Amino acid sequence: MSTVDSVITPLISAEQRKQARSVGFTLVVLGIVAAFVLGNRPGDAGFKLIDSYIFVIPAQPFARILALVLIALGAAQLLKGFGKWTNVILSIAAATFVISFLAWAASGGSFSLTGMLQDTVTRSVPIILGAIAGILCERSGIINIAIEGQLLGSAFAGAVAGSLLGPWVGIIAAIAMGVGLSAILAVFSIRYRVDQVIVGFAINFFALGLTSFLAARVLTDHPDYNILSPLRPIALPLLSDIPVIGVVLFTQTLFVYFAYLAVGIATWSLYHTKWGLRTRAIGEYPKAAGTLGVDVIKLRYRNVLIAGAVAGVGGAWWPIGMVGRFDQNITNGRGFIALAAVIFGRWKPLGALSAALVFGLAEAIQLKMSNLDTGIPSEFLLMAPYLVTLVVVAGFVGRSRGPKAAGQPYDAQ
Amino acid sequence: MKIAATFRKITERIARTSSFRITLLAILSAMVVGAFIIILSDIDKLQNGDIIGAIRTVGSAYWALVVGSFGSLRAISATINSATPLILCGVSVAVAFKAGLFNIGATGQMLAGGMAALWVGFSMDGPGIIQVPLAVLAGAVGGAAYGAIPGILKARTGAHEVITTIMLNNMAGFLVLWLLKTNLFQRADRTDPISKLVSAPGHLPRLFGFLSDRPDLVAHAGFVVAILAVIVYWWFLNRSTTGFEFRAFGMNADAAQYAGMHTKRLTVMAMMFAGAFAGLAGSAEVLGTYGYASQNFAGNIGFDAIAIALLGRSTPLGTLLAALLFGALQAGGRQMQANTDVPIDLIVVLRALIVMFIAAPLLIKAIWRIKVAPTSLGQTFRGWGS
Repeated sequence: MSTVDSVITPLISAEQRKQARSVGFTLVVLGIVAAFVLGNRPGDAGFKLIDSYIFVIPAQPFARILALVLIALGAAQLLKGFGKWTNVILSIAAATFVISFLAWAASGGSFSLTGMLQDTVTRSVPIILGAIAGILCERSGIINIAIEGQLLGSAFAGAVAGSLLGPWVGIIAAIAMGVGLSAILAVFSIRYRVDQVIVGFAINFFALGLTSFLAARVLTDHPDYNILSPLRPIALPLLSDIPVIGVVLFTQTLFVYFAYLAVGIATWSLYHTKWGLRTRAIGEYPKAAGTLGVDVIKLRYRNVLIAGAVAGVGGAWWPIGMVGRFDQNITNGRGFIALAAVIFGRWKPLGALSAALVFGLAEAIQLKMSNLDTGIPSEFLLMAPYLVTLVVVAGFVGRSRGPKAAGQPYDAQ
Repeated sequence: MKIAATFRKITERIARTSSFRITLLAILSAMVVGAFIIILSDIDKLQNGDIIGAIRTVGSAYWALVVGSFGSLRAISATINSATPLILCGVSVAVAFKAGLFNIGATGQMLAGGMAALWVGFSMDGPGIIQVPLAVLAGAVGGAAYGAIPGILKARTGAHEVITTIMLNNMAGFLVLWLLKTNLFQRADRTDPISKLVSAPGHLPRLFGFLSDRPDLVAHAGFVVAILAVIVYWWFLNRSTTGFEFRAFGMNADAAQYAGMHTKRLTVMAMMFAGAFAGLAGSAEVLGTYGYASQNFAGNIGFDAIAIALLGRSTPLGTLLAALLFGALQAGGRQMQANTDVPIDLIVVLRALIVMFIAAPLLIKAIWRIKVAPTSLGQTFRGWGS
């Protein structure tokens, strides 16, 4: 019996064991936070789901029960471990914790949960698209640190072209700008074999400098170049009638639908098409792929340019999908958040999507929190998403392994 | 043996001259592209067909750039002042690059160091000879402590420093905002987030303080600290065992591990050193330039520093020169914005172009149709693995 057991039990590396332990510790810590912080405010919290229905959670008992459950789960993880269920348990625990947090923040009042979730999806769009752009590049072996610059540059192009010639032309201009900046990345890193991190950062500076320069020199004197009416949300027939989900997922602008599409297509084609297999191959072992007849250089060019187009739509989101104008440094580091989402999501489109949604949720919570009086300084709430990312990356994601050939120039011989 | 050594020295000299020439040509190329940007963005003049006027703007803008950075004692002082934090943060990024780590977190470390220095700066009241070094040291310690976080996280859990430093930057920003509203830091009669003033003896002395009739010469002793930091960095890299280990670790982490080096300790140390240098930059800004802290005293310096380290190929001298160039552009850019209608943001474009052209010697070669020896670029970070 015991020999059979030892055969069946998967071998767990020291690293995995350490990771499992830190998952356990994190659960316990979350439980303690729930007990002492979230459990200290009496009162009911109302979450408005639809106009006629408010879902009420008694904040204090909810937090206390959650604390017990979290600590129990943490203890179970530390003692025994959940094995392959760890991630599921963790996601459920995190989701419940967020709800408890919201209940704590809203106790004694109410706010629209549906609206917040809708904001979450809306605001994660540029992060999702930026992350997909990053994945497309890095899976083909080109490190893309220039996501921020691509988003910023295409936001500018989208704003100006959109103001002068209408939103559709604006989106096309943004895509063109994204492709253009990607072309710089591609030519420099593939043809001129420049360190990809250097050229990526140079593109970021270039985009930041050029758009700020043009905004100050041209747009200030010509305000008519920088005003457009953003696209309106389109309610998808049938789907948008589903309660809650219909509003959250299917009453959105085209940008959101494009983001769904991008994630879907990227996932499917990376793992189920010839293109995907080749892309993954040139990101891991370009020499082997080249020997087998894949044109590594051409495929890298193509993928980097496609990535630019995707990032271009992401950049267009600001002027055309959201605010209707361009401001200096309007992206404000979202491209770097997207980069974090790429690593966080382990270079997988769906992983990056979940990471992007976490950041989107954080932004949406920030928006709501300014209206709620929580008694703790708002700076700490604003800090929370970054802290959570830090904890999650350190505790659960751990050592990340990107595509092996990312960053290395390729010799055609 | 001797002949071989001499020969190697000569070839090295040639290689260096060539990289110097590439640098000059890169700056020239960047200026040319910048000129086109200035002309093409002058749409009012272009619409009126005043091409000559648009071209003339380029001349006066670039002239202001030169005059504003080196044209007078005041300009030189402004250049030194702008370069001071850039040198320190540049070294911060460079030392991490040498160990194969990417320190995007200079901004956060600078904020941490600056706040630590500020605390010493306003809570003590002289004598200056003790207070100033103590405050500067506090800056280094604060920065090192903040830099240690991503180092420890990387060593213990493998969390990639690119993510953790970006997150820590954002957190530091909010932390500073909060601190500046607490009774400990906030100025007594203010409601906005602005700190108490550093007490008079706690300021870094002004470099041109001996010219009593020139209060406009703002350069301060932070520049001396920066130069010392570069020297320390050079000594550390080339003369110390740990510096050797850093370089070995940066070039090949596996080899370093097999050679018996404590790579985890090296990771933490590299980030701590990086943080200490950035913290010094924070203390120089707070104790020298401003005399207090506001929400954004770190500005974009931490990011500019990445370009500087890349441009200087992470070598001590290269980083120093790159930071001086960037500082000169900064100072000249202010003059340019004041004299002409060309916004200071142009210098960000110029910096990007310079980095790009220098990074691509093959491109320079193609544009200027010259022969250049291939120069080796400094290594950056280890990539996404381990």
